[in-house]
Amino acid sequence: MIDLRHPDAALVAALLLRDETAFRDLVTRYHRSFITVARQYVSSSALAEEVAQETWLAVIRMLPQFEGRSSLKTWIFTILTNQARSRGSREHRIVPLSSVIAIDGEAAVDASRFLDASHRWGGHWANPPRRIEDLPEDFLEGAETMAALRRAMAALPDSQQRVMWLRDVKGWTADEVCAALDLTEVNQRVLLHRARSKVRASLENQLESDLSR
Amino acid sequence: MTADGFACRYVIEILSDYLEDALDASTRQDLEEHLAECDGCTAYLDQMRLTIRLSGKFDQDDVPESIMNVLLNAYRDEST
Repeated sequence: MIDLRHPDAALVAALLLRDETAFRDLVTRYHRSFITVARQYVSSSALAEEVAQETWLAVIRMLPQFEGRSSLKTWIFTILTNQARSRGSREHRIVPLSSVIAIDGEAAVDASRFLDASHRWGGHWANPPRRIEDLPEDFLEGAETMAALRRAMAALPDSQQRVMWLRDVKGWTADEVCAALDLTEVNQRVLLHRARSKVRASLENQLESDLSR
Repeated sequence: MTADGFACRYVIEILSDYLEDALDASTRQDLEEHLAECDGCTAYLDQMRLTIRLSGKFDQDDVPESIMNVLLNAYRDEST
């Protein structure tokens, strides 16, 4: 029996009492993340979807055994990663680190925007980004900016997209992402840096094109 | 600040580590001194923060109703 002072006690109680709204909310909150995380371990989106659905069935079955030694979220995602790992190893999928971390030395910003080494201030901005603190919020958060962000995120390599989606869209902590995706802290940061750098570049392009109109 | 020591081109590559609070104390201090004097890198950092903030505003994706129904049926059927 879970301690009533556990932060998830009320939710767990509702789920055990077959509260369909609580269950529906839980599925809505985590299903996309299930697929995102599972995709790290299996070879196709279809398999990741299967793993996600199997995990929900396992969660329903195992819920009475939840003892509250972690958050419900951590417990649920441990079930997910176990399911995904087991499925991934059944299809003999080996995830080489080099495919997770593309060692391509890509720079966050093109070298042409900096003064070259012959210059006294080599490596400093020749063409710096625009200051944005004076731009109005409704411009920065406009539909076109959001659409550009969405496109940029969709265009990221899978491994980068997964990390950025969990961290920045879903608000996971670095520790949660490392555990779910089986990444070291350093690799998680590298992937996040690459992802955010590319999405920022698209955001900048969009802002510049909107402002030059 | 020397030209090649802590140049913007390299500074922007450690801004994620800065935002993640993963820099050692002396690098962090060097970075903050650089930012205090460099409009370009400050603007870049603001754009990174904007990127993160806007990403958090993406709509939550809905689960297809067909899948939700399968799961709800399983949920109803599981005896406690």
